[in-house]
Amino acid sequence: MSATPTPAPAVPSASGGSAPARRPRRAVLRAETRLFLREPGNFFWIAVFPPGLLALLGLIPTFREPDPNLGGVRLIETYVPVTVLVALIVSGVQALPPVITGYRERGILRRMSATPVRPSALLAAQMGLHGAAALVSVLLSLAVGRIAYGVGLPEQVAGYLLALLLAAAAALAMGALVAAFSPTAKIATAVGSVVFLPMMFAAGVWLPVQAMPDALATAVGFVPFGAAAEALGQAAAGDWPDWSSLGILALWAVVLTAAATRWFRWQ
Amino acid sequence: MATTNPRNTTAPTTSRRAAVVEVEGLRKAYGGRTVVDGVSFAVEEGEIFGILGPNGAGKTTTVECVEGLRSPDAGRIRVAGLDPAADHEKVTHLLGAQLQESELQPKLTVREALELYAALYPSPADGYELAGRLGLTERLDTRFGKLSGGQKQRLFIALALIGNPRIVVLDELTTGLDPRARRDTWDLIEDVRARGVTVLLVTHFMEEAQRLCDRIAIVDGGRITALDTPQGLIGRAAGATHISFTPSEPLDDAELAALPGLASMEDKNGRLTLAGTDDTVNAVVQLLVRRRVTAHQLRVTDATLDDAFLDLTTT
Repeated sequence: MSATPTPAPAVPSASGGSAPARRPRRAVLRAETRLFLREPGNFFWIAVFPPGLLALLGLIPTFREPDPNLGGVRLIETYVPVTVLVALIVSGVQALPPVITGYRERGILRRMSATPVRPSALLAAQMGLHGAAALVSVLLSLAVGRIAYGVGLPEQVAGYLLALLLAAAAALAMGALVAAFSPTAKIATAVGSVVFLPMMFAAGVWLPVQAMPDALATAVGFVPFGAAAEALGQAAAGDWPDWSSLGILALWAVVLTAAATRWFRWQ
Repeated sequence: MATTNPRNTTAPTTSRRAAVVEVEGLRKAYGGRTVVDGVSFAVEEGEIFGILGPNGAGKTTTVECVEGLRSPDAGRIRVAGLDPAADHEKVTHLLGAQLQESELQPKLTVREALELYAALYPSPADGYELAGRLGLTERLDTRFGKLSGGQKQRLFIALALIGNPRIVVLDELTTGLDPRARRDTWDLIEDVRARGVTVLLVTHFMEEAQRLCDRIAIVDGGRITALDTPQGLIGRAAGATHISFTPSEPLDDAELAALPGLASMEDKNGRLTLAGTDDTVNAVVQLLVRRRVTAHQLRVTDATLDDAFLDLTTT
């Protein structure tokens, strides 16, 4: 907490205090970062694939023309928030669960339980890294939209960031919940894939929320990434997102986190 | 968080001599099946204490309770005066563990694993020195997933010692090691003990227990069936010293049968094999001298812990 520089304790065996407790967690984060970067597949699907998808979609001429069904907005503009959400969903629901479940399955969490550091440090590091990779992807998508297709950057920045943060929390918590209920990494991958498709649909990958029939759009608005798509779309256009969308998103984040915490087993 | 132990407020503090690990009346069941059924023992500071027993005897569950990885159903455990369930974090500072059936991240190298685990402790040991002692120097940049079973095992021994623990718990220390690596590991453990570290060793490997342990608890069916020094345990095994020789002239059967401590006698084509005790050995030698009989190819094989173990366990 305090930034006061304190001299290193002469007897480092004395436990307690926040400063010495940070070094182990940093070491865990450093090791997990190296390991994360040694899985280029995950990094590709989280950080490269979604902006790449956006770049490809923009090559289709109809995506670049104003669409009367969207009130004159170009389809490519609605796909920027969609690819942003794709990154969060891939990261949280597809990539994260098999990592966590594998750590439990292989007894890696158990081994860490026998050290002064709680195994939750491993999960926190992995969730942080998956979140960070998704953030890189978000920035790349915004850059592709802006540079290649002239899509304006989000105008309501605070609202956009809030919606993004809540959506990331919901995605990571959903992944943790999948990991909690999957006994093996293989099952986690399979369960993740089952959850993946409806979440992608709700985010508007096949049909942007703005283009959905009213009844469908309303229904999708109750799903975390449907609500997120609406909130991100509004903030991108310069409006403060509807509190109902933000509220639904926040509620999902809280419920999923609580459920993951409740049912997760360390061994 | 809480320092109170609701399970055991009445147990008096036993004043054993410098017991650093105390286990009293430990019980643990999984889904109605009792795995540990009232185990009690105390490990003194600086000793190598073995827990020996057949598979499924409850050895691993017992030490996992000592490590604080499992909570006992009943009983009292103290590690340097701390309850491993309630004071788990403090205990992890004092106790290094080598666990059964745990792995590391497959893409983590040996060097990174040693650095990572060293960073988890306030005053760690030199990971490179440990790696050298355990023959891992050549493998420092090898990923965990590419290590052989024996190399993984040696890395876990290094990680158990890297926090400079006061107590180290080793579960199946040398399983998967070749004879050479096994002997090197035993030397390392003896050195660790010579520095005053207390060692709690789980094994089902007799030679290891006999070579390393000051005292051994034999566990069978969740209970301790015997607790003694290796020699003490061996002494309990009946007819465990074997004397075999081919006498130059036949000996009188009645005289042989009267030998003290004789448990069994066998005559195979003139070669006698007697099973008994040290007294039997002395008496045989005296008998041979008295009768001026030469014993060709005389062999006296000592009782081993194997004999004692088979005697003291039912399975």
